[in-house]
Amino acid sequence: MNIFYLPRRDAITLAVFALVVLTMPVWLVPFGAAYPGLMQKFAIFAIFAVGYNVLFGLTGYLSFGHAAFLGVGSYTAVWTFKLMTMNVIPAMIFAVIVSGLFALAIGFVSLRRSGIYFSILTLAFAQMCYNLAYSVLTPITNGETALQLTMNDPRVLDLMFSERGAGLPSPSLLGQGMSGIEAFYVVAVVLLIAFYIAQKIFVSPFGMMLRAIKSNQTRMHYTGFNTRPYALTAFVISGMYAGLAGSLLAATDPLAGAERMQWTASGEVVLMTILGGVGTLIGPVIGAWLIKYFENIFSGFNDAMLHHTFSWLPQGAQDVVVAITSKFVGEGWQLSLGLIFVLVVVFLPGGVMEGIRRFSSLFRNRREPGPTGALKTSPAE
Amino acid sequence: MTLLKRGLTRRRVLQTGMAGIIGSGVAPLMFTKGAWAQEFCNNPTGDTVTLGFVMPLTGAYADEGADQQRAFLLAVEHLNGEGDGGLLPTFSSKALKGNGILGKKVAYVTGDDQTKSDAGRDAARRMIERDGAIMISGASSSGVAIAEQALCQEMGVIYMAGLTHSNDTTGKDKKRYGFRHFFNAYQSGTAIAPVLGEAYGKDRRAYHLTSDYTWGWTQEESIKNATEAMGWETVAAVRTPVGAGDFSQYITPVLNSGADVLILNHYGFDGVNSLTQAVQFGLRDRQANGKDFQIVLPLVSDLMAQGAGEAIKGIYGTANWDWQLDDAASGAFTRSFGAKYGQPPSQIAQTSYVQALLYADAVERAGTFYPPEVIKALEGFEFDGMGNGQTLYRAEDHQCLKEVLVVQGRENPSTTFDVLQTVQKVGRDVADYDASIFEGELGPYDAALCA
Repeated sequence: MNIFYLPRRDAITLAVFALVVLTMPVWLVPFGAAYPGLMQKFAIFAIFAVGYNVLFGLTGYLSFGHAAFLGVGSYTAVWTFKLMTMNVIPAMIFAVIVSGLFALAIGFVSLRRSGIYFSILTLAFAQMCYNLAYSVLTPITNGETALQLTMNDPRVLDLMFSERGAGLPSPSLLGQGMSGIEAFYVVAVVLLIAFYIAQKIFVSPFGMMLRAIKSNQTRMHYTGFNTRPYALTAFVISGMYAGLAGSLLAATDPLAGAERMQWTASGEVVLMTILGGVGTLIGPVIGAWLIKYFENIFSGFNDAMLHHTFSWLPQGAQDVVVAITSKFVGEGWQLSLGLIFVLVVVFLPGGVMEGIRRFSSLFRNRREPGPTGALKTSPAE
Repeated sequence: MTLLKRGLTRRRVLQTGMAGIIGSGVAPLMFTKGAWAQEFCNNPTGDTVTLGFVMPLTGAYADEGADQQRAFLLAVEHLNGEGDGGLLPTFSSKALKGNGILGKKVAYVTGDDQTKSDAGRDAARRMIERDGAIMISGASSSGVAIAEQALCQEMGVIYMAGLTHSNDTTGKDKKRYGFRHFFNAYQSGTAIAPVLGEAYGKDRRAYHLTSDYTWGWTQEESIKNATEAMGWETVAAVRTPVGAGDFSQYITPVLNSGADVLILNHYGFDGVNSLTQAVQFGLRDRQANGKDFQIVLPLVSDLMAQGAGEAIKGIYGTANWDWQLDDAASGAFTRSFGAKYGQPPSQIAQTSYVQALLYADAVERAGTFYPPEVIKALEGFEFDGMGNGQTLYRAEDHQCLKEVLVVQGRENPSTTFDVLQTVQKVGRDVADYDASIFEGELGPYDAALCA
């Protein structure tokens, strides 16, 4: 049997997903989000969320410390740029390896407990990593100022073949510059590969084992399975995904700051997954896009833009509408995001994906069973 | 049947889609940049020119960011010839006519940097890539300013730094495309040390609490060097995280450290919190080494002073500008700002406003938006009438050289805004220093194509 084989349904999902991702520069235009900087973020955080979902969605282990691996990936990538070469491939490889090792160490300890204790352990480790990066290891991480490239970095491999240029070098892929829309396509292709691997994991016997851990770990023990190696593998895989995302953040913008590892960043990926739909493949991606969209677009609105938008209203009404809406945009973007999150969790516990499913079932006139059955609510651990 | 059904669905999708677009107000933001060739990044081809303002609207410096935003909006108004013209009449360069920049109306976009480098760079990229901003200005944290400045150098867009006081901004991390009007920690040290020596004596023992990032580090170093040179001793220097909120765990050890001066290298809410807590702990009522215990806040702003309330009384610090200065320009700016917002401007408002005007003026004098020419127009530019006396934009490191103010918290403020008094104006010749004491390189002039 071909190892690249995917069930037909998943193959269609992948094809549709690829189409959606690669045509982003077109369909994001009306949303004011079709610029490379944000589209790169969309793709990168989608990778992060997909990887996180391998752990949280399949095994049910709620990790509150995944931003640590993202940060480790970023730092590794920037150091690879500084010490070896501006090529992004070594940076990605090293970032995945190093964050995988971190995940192995942290997962080995944290997975001795489950439920809330596991969450707290991962949170503690992530906060330790953050504080190390922020103040203790400042020679390596440059603290709050963030690690950046400098003119006199060693860059051993690059300088064997070429002279130092006048300005700062920028990351490249096999001689191709990694900037603007090209960088988006590179990141998008990486996202598709990452998504495909996640699909393979979901349908594999290994994925089945992880789902079994989620539904009833005790029964697994009674039937003679040692679940910890499986959970640890899932933890390491999702840590590597996070490291990959971190390295891509550095590749598209060669800077690594400690705030990437803060607990709020770890919480953000949990929000992404829940907002989109836990345990589904597409859900976390949608969640990641929604959150990044709010963060980048809503925070950029100001009163002048609102007045422009509502200029069709009579003057008095316009002022009132602007006064109300301005609380939800600009510095208030987190308020509107919070509202949406509350609404989704209360009315659509399965996230946006559940909304989409309900919506499509309206048109089909009959209820179809869920695609994989993985979406059924399972008892909390 | 299926055909009909599909048609209906699609129409419905289109309708809801359009309603969503109009309803959520994104329609005016549609991506309009064409595919024509540009000879440099974001060459303004229409009848407007877009400036990008990135400010900390959330985070430890949010107060400062709010005032910064007010100043930028005021600057745009004055550049477009609306309002009372602000500093345009007092500015020594008469290139600006109040008809926009090079006849193009000034438009602007704003963004929140959350007092974080990543968020700041994201916002700046949005402005450069989507909104076609020709210049980025803002930041009130040096970490963010340095990160944004590096991005702007890469993208080939001029960066007019807001409030950034770290020596690194125009030192180790200086960039050809980055410019700073604000003064720096080194100048603070030069200015404040003699005043402290006079007031507190030359045999003091100082304890530093320092914000743990580029600004804190360089200010600690500068103040340490300047005070040690006149005979003070440094007992300890402790780093605190930005946005810590509670500083009690850092203040308690000060009590038994043998120090008799506490130097707070904190800014924004951090400065307000650490100062208030230090006063609440009774530090100022203590005696140490037979002297009255003193607290110094080397970089202080009106906003912090207002936030600290009682605690600021008698505290020494330095400032870039104060609204109570009696020159014509400071008066004009304070009137203009007060008329619009009903409160006097803080120093961050002044530096941000002036930066926006200086950029516009440089473009007018260069006669083009082409960044290398604008940079050359700013480098070595000598001007007056902006509230800081005679000022030079030094070509070697893009640092403005001008007067530095040593200020003190007023004992009996007459209004809530009358919180700082200027103790001494330290002349430009004293605050001047050799640019080569800091390493770093400006980099090339080449205009990038937005990448």
